[in-house]
Amino acid sequence: MRIAVASGKGGTGKTTVATSLALSLAADGRGGEFALSPPLLLDCDVEAPNAHLFLRPRFERVWEVGIPVPQVDEAGCTACGRCAEVCAYNAMAVLGSKVLVFPELCHGCGSCARACPEGAITEVVRPIGVLRQGTAMGGIDFGHGELSVGEPMAGPVIRQLKQQIIPRPGQVVILDAPPGTSCPVVEAVRGADFLLLVTEPTPFGLHDLRLAVQVGRSLGMPMGVIINRDGIGDESLAHYCESEGIPVMMRIPFERAIARGFAQGRTLLETHPAYAPQFQEVVLQIGRRIEEAR
Amino acid sequence: MRIVVTTTTPDLDSPVDPRFGRGAYFVVVDTSTMEWQAHPNPAAAASGGAGIRAAQFIAEQKVEGVISGDFGPNAHQALTAAGVGMYLFGASSSARQVVERFKAGELESLGGPAREGRKPRG
Amino acid sequence: MKQLVILSGKGGTGKTSLAAAFAHLAREGPCPVPLVLADADVDAPNLDLVLEPRRLEEHDFVGGSTAQIVAEMCEGCGVCADVCRFEAIREEDGKFKIDPLACEGCGACFHECPAQAIRMQPQVAGRWYRSESRYGPLIHAALLPAHENSGKLVTLVKQQARLLALDGGYAGLLVDGPPGIGCPVISAAAGADLALIVTEPTVAGIHDMERILETTEHFRVPAQVCINKADLFPAGTEQILDACRRKGIGVVGCIPFDETVTEAMVRGEPVTAFDPDAPSSRAMIEIWQRLAAGLFERSAESMGECINRRERP
Repeated sequence: MRIAVASGKGGTGKTTVATSLALSLAADGRGGEFALSPPLLLDCDVEAPNAHLFLRPRFERVWEVGIPVPQVDEAGCTACGRCAEVCAYNAMAVLGSKVLVFPELCHGCGSCARACPEGAITEVVRPIGVLRQGTAMGGIDFGHGELSVGEPMAGPVIRQLKQQIIPRPGQVVILDAPPGTSCPVVEAVRGADFLLLVTEPTPFGLHDLRLAVQVGRSLGMPMGVIINRDGIGDESLAHYCESEGIPVMMRIPFERAIARGFAQGRTLLETHPAYAPQFQEVVLQIGRRIEEAR
Repeated sequence: MRIVVTTTTPDLDSPVDPRFGRGAYFVVVDTSTMEWQAHPNPAAAASGGAGIRAAQFIAEQKVEGVISGDFGPNAHQALTAAGVGMYLFGASSSARQVVERFKAGELESLGGPAREGRKPRG
Repeated sequence: MKQLVILSGKGGTGKTSLAAAFAHLAREGPCPVPLVLADADVDAPNLDLVLEPRRLEEHDFVGGSTAQIVAEMCEGCGVCADVCRFEAIREEDGKFKIDPLACEGCGACFHECPAQAIRMQPQVAGRWYRSESRYGPLIHAALLPAHENSGKLVTLVKQQARLLALDGGYAGLLVDGPPGIGCPVISAAAGADLALIVTEPTVAGIHDMERILETTEHFRVPAQVCINKADLFPAGTEQILDACRRKGIGVVGCIPFDETVTEAMVRGEPVTAFDPDAPSSRAMIEIWQRLAAGLFERSAESMGECINRRERP
């Protein structure tokens, strides 16, 4: 079972919820419908990863990931211009007899290398970030990606994070998605069985939730909402969820103690262990809704 | 010599367009005869790398210089590789007036090898 | 014409609330600074929710193209799926189909299809708008959910805003930026005279502040920091002040945690308009005074004079 935790608006509590779900599964070897055992948490917010600050994993493996970019063998190149013609991103330019490559525009699609009639283009991986894998508190398997500063494209790091850190058979996977509603979020949540949206009951929270719901609908994923910082705004959010038929699976009231705990790097369950059964229940509910959706 | 000016309409008397990569038109001018020809910029609608695509087009025109409002770092790199000089038109006016100021040597030149660490334009 | 961009690294630190307050103060404060406003968070644009904009123009944004297989011509050879590096092509009933949300528009399949059964279709990926808001012209946009090229839409928003500011003789451009450090942020920061980093004194906020500061440094954009919800965790605030001191980054002010900000948001107003005496408003007014004085060519004295003149009975 793969649960993606997303939001639309930043700062609503995705990481709080994702880490709490993971810890609640690790905490208790309770039987039930799903083997509640330590899950795999993948922090897909590669631009600003935070989950490791709370789960404090011991990293066992760190490796670079990158994008294959063209390298032109000047001896073989005839400056025919075919590579620049096929490049959809204008990442190559043939000017007179010179071929210029603009690596930061390259998406690594390989079209130029395939198109070169002289076979003069090879692809060399240009590193754009790192992946780290390890074990966190409660025996949680942990993986995250970190995009290198100055690199524009988060997508390839997220894709490779999901491809290269594999869950054990039957292990629940929790994906902590980035904020927003565009390509990196889609990359993070694609292939998940359920989209859990975390929001806050404010106008910004509601506005961005609507956008996130559209993402979920485009991907055809069953969805549920967790309202974080409940009490700070009004009930418009709850009304919206009801009218859209999206279940509100949990409400976490705003409490300064939780905010302060978060500020200090303490997970919600460290501040309030009593929340654990509620998160376990959310996972069971999600499991049921996934079955229903099939 | 042959130079190019970025313009908003396909005319030598058109106001200049401050953008190189996404400027609407390129007017190619022969500075000795003042004969000119306007081309729509093929990169104007490019979703990315417009400056590069525009530079490639310019290189194909076999001109010695291009005058615009500014050149991004990618366009700068490409035009330098193509051996095309870059000039800034400064104050806004018509392409014809800009060409006259170019001939009088009044325009700031950006020519020279690639400048490392230039800020991206925004 | 100076450009001020508000960034954060971490989401939810208060960029938009601050941008709205600045827009209000720049227009209706004692020392008006004519500004063009731009919302560069095209994924989740919120600035318009507190500025009551009246839409004057709207335009489609074509981001890139998406590949589409013409089913009748597909011979089921699967070469397209072999060359696609973005997991966008799947087999279904002997033929192949492209997932438009995964397709990056690279054209690899288009070039390789032996039956030439693939078309590249330009995609409308969003819309951008020119509006008149309560506090001045606003350029904003909305990316269609699940689409890509948000960086390009940000660049477009900024270009339009910048042209408007230059043509209209405005003193400045105020940009509400997106969270993160990737392409949309880089586009938002490009060409800025100052990046104001809004952070919060939390472990996550500080971690992401470091990342965005590295990013602005990488792109040579001058940055200053503002600490929001500063009293939530004083030890965290101390940590930020220390880190900024060490890096030589100015801290332009601290804003206390204040529920009035949310109340104002629910009412659809900047907090400084909703309740100018609220603790957060007072802090934002001071911060604006300092920033505007440094950036928009008004001396601190003349700003101070303006404020004093207003306060004198």
